[in-house]
Amino acid sequence: MVVESRFETHEYDVVVIGAGGAGLRAAIEASAQGARTALVCKSLLGKAHTVMAEGGIAAALRNVWQEDSWEVHFRDTMRGGKLLNNWRMAQIHAQEAPDRVLELEEWGALFDRTKEGLILQRDFGGHRYARLAHVGDRTGLEMIRTLQQHAVHKGIDVYMECNVQKLLKDGERISGAIGYWRESGKFVLFRAKAVVLATGGILKMYQITSNSWECTGDGVSMALDAGADLIDMEMVQFHPTGMIWPPSVRGILVTEGVRGDGGTLKNSEGRRFMFDYIPEFFKAETAETEEEADAWYDDKTKRRTPDLLPRDEVARAINAEVKAGRGSPHGGVYLDIASRRDPEYIRRRLPSMYQQFMELADVDITKTPMEVGPTAHYQMGGVRVEADTTATTVLGLFAAGEVAAGMHGANRLGGNSLSDLVVFGRRAGLYAAQYALEQGEMPAVDDAELEAATTAMLAPFEGDGNENPYTIHADLETCMQNLVGIIRTESELVQALDELATLKARLGQVTVQGNRQYNPGWHLALDLHHMLAVAESITRSAIERKESRGGHTRDDFPATDATFGKVNVVTRRTDDGMAVCQEPLPEIPDELKAIIEEKS
Amino acid sequence: MATHHGADSGGQVTMRIWRGDASGGTFEEYQTPAAEGMVVLDVVHQIQATQAPDLAVRWNCKAGRCGSCSAEVNGKPRLMCMTRMNHYAPGETITIAPLKTFPPIKDLVTNVSFNYEKAKQVPAFKPGPKEADGTRRMYQEDVDRVQEFHKCIECFLCQNVCHVIRDHEDNKPAFAGPRLFVRLAALEMHPLDTNDRVELLKQKAGLGYCNITKCCTDVCPESIKITDNAIIPLKERVVTEYHDPVVWLIRKLTGNGRAKSDE
Repeated sequence: MVVESRFETHEYDVVVIGAGGAGLRAAIEASAQGARTALVCKSLLGKAHTVMAEGGIAAALRNVWQEDSWEVHFRDTMRGGKLLNNWRMAQIHAQEAPDRVLELEEWGALFDRTKEGLILQRDFGGHRYARLAHVGDRTGLEMIRTLQQHAVHKGIDVYMECNVQKLLKDGERISGAIGYWRESGKFVLFRAKAVVLATGGILKMYQITSNSWECTGDGVSMALDAGADLIDMEMVQFHPTGMIWPPSVRGILVTEGVRGDGGTLKNSEGRRFMFDYIPEFFKAETAETEEEADAWYDDKTKRRTPDLLPRDEVARAINAEVKAGRGSPHGGVYLDIASRRDPEYIRRRLPSMYQQFMELADVDITKTPMEVGPTAHYQMGGVRVEADTTATTVLGLFAAGEVAAGMHGANRLGGNSLSDLVVFGRRAGLYAAQYALEQGEMPAVDDAELEAATTAMLAPFEGDGNENPYTIHADLETCMQNLVGIIRTESELVQALDELATLKARLGQVTVQGNRQYNPGWHLALDLHHMLAVAESITRSAIERKESRGGHTRDDFPATDATFGKVNVVTRRTDDGMAVCQEPLPEIPDELKAIIEEKS
Repeated sequence: MATHHGADSGGQVTMRIWRGDASGGTFEEYQTPAAEGMVVLDVVHQIQATQAPDLAVRWNCKAGRCGSCSAEVNGKPRLMCMTRMNHYAPGETITIAPLKTFPPIKDLVTNVSFNYEKAKQVPAFKPGPKEADGTRRMYQEDVDRVQEFHKCIECFLCQNVCHVIRDHEDNKPAFAGPRLFVRLAALEMHPLDTNDRVELLKQKAGLGYCNITKCCTDVCPESIKITDNAIIPLKERVVTEYHDPVVWLIRKLTGNGRAKSDE
């Protein structure tokens, strides 16, 4: 009881951390199961990174192509992920995505319509059929708002601008979490029978990144610290088409929908270079000539344009063109829809893109090609979960959405993230509630653990060094961008580990100015501990995987290696930090193997 | 938008930022190097990183999608991430203040909980029965106008600029504000919805307070025609529901039969 008088304390069956698509869906489900549920988020409700998703939500609804099915969606997902996916997650995802999309409609979402009045679906990279339910190019906003407004009436307690910093355990099982209110800087303790991590992305440690300040890897780092396994941390997705000019727009994405709707990639010679980069793996289903590719837009039984190869392929191709001296003036390539579609069509299909370029870059995309380049975007790796239940390797801790790993393997297909959020968000809420309701008394909170956590959180105020957290963050971004970027090599990765160790030492020298009230410098100093832990895990995993596959490209091991295709790289906490090792992937059942191997 | 290039490259930017909390505050002046293509939020971040590490500011997407970085820039409510520095004359001092309508927390961060409380009062979406084949059919032309309302990013600039609450704190309990009218219009015009919110509109949401000055429409970064497309049709609906004897009779007899005055 000493504990409880020291902090603002709340008790719940289920605490969901993170209020993007996965967190909201998990909270809705946990609450529907009768669990007393809290939803804790770092920003205001409805501002999570899910709002940034543009293109759509992938589901084999078969509204546009009757030929589509969960099997084809499963096959596309596995092949896009270079078969490193957890097959069971990919199967559940493909099977349940249509129900989750229809559920959003039932809750008020308004997707674009077919002529028959059903949900319209659009083409996207790596998806064999037009499969993405969408709302223009602001599908994520539609999804988060629908979930947010649905959740408001479900009796869920929402804690906004509340930043969780540490998971707490009672022996082997989870017992809650502690964090601070951003507004006051005061601590808040959540005692809980189950915790769902839905903390999203982690790539704020890269210089050119689409991720917001929130994507600091705190969920992944807290899970590791609590003893959970991480897998596939080397698998970082670089979105091929981010804005690159002027400098202030770096990180803002150009939706893949531009290519789905007819845009093509061109180099400085005006050539559609993607035809030069069709890998053997996708040859059978990819068009070989411009004529054949253009015919596909009207007749989807034709082979697809290579502009829509999976993101890892396109990002590497752009990187190679720029390196070969065929890039645009600001170090990217051109994405041209202006010469291929009429202005009215472009403005109707891609209103946000039109506005974004007009306002931020003085470029009219109905008249001029866009300059684009690869941008750190999505982390395929993360917390290891059980496919059906989303349970992590820590009892009572569940994870869903970008923080969890396995679903996307070595590379995520566009449109598979929003569907991942709702499919596994729902499952996380369901199984977390089931687990919580089976528990007896509230698990205990360890006073010493709390004491250590609060002391650590206040440490940046007590320091006497003269380091600035913003400078350390900028140096971390430079390190990761240059040494653990899109193309990697052993010597640079080892150098990165050294630099990360130096940054960690410098972080100990940070002294925060000001008080605890809404102090971003303090918040960043705390976030940096998570970012550094996650950066180290990515780097160690990248060293371990001595091959190239999906989001992980090694200059010194450029080929795909079948032995590495059978393993996950796992990160685990050790007494003095973390260690990585290889563990076998779950074996794919024969009937699913047959689906994957089927020629298109 | 006037476009200048002087403030865009080379040189220094001078910015006055309100620093303070609920107990009061003042504008403090900062100078920082300008770079090409900068938006106001870039400058604020640069000042934060180099001179004022505890400067409080909300932001997330930096792309005009999340509606977090609302502030009053030279007196005009704007998203800082979508306001380019070349919008201002070279050498012009730029003044950033927090949203005036909401209580200050610290620096540029205000307490916007008013909006979330009002949102809780909105009766949920309630669809009618499905089609015989188990589907939901809606046609693009029927969803177009509702999709306009769904573009709202909840930046609350419209709430901030609405003089019903900007200048009259005491109106807040009885007035939901333009953001919520857009939300209510989206629900009322949703082709599938069957819930009735007319009573709420007339009573607790205080639709009658709005006298159509269109200040909200002017500041909407998503260019939603809040007044013309949301508020005025809602006002017509309230009038029809309450004063049309035919509608009154249908309502009595069927239990719903809402008037769809503008369909």
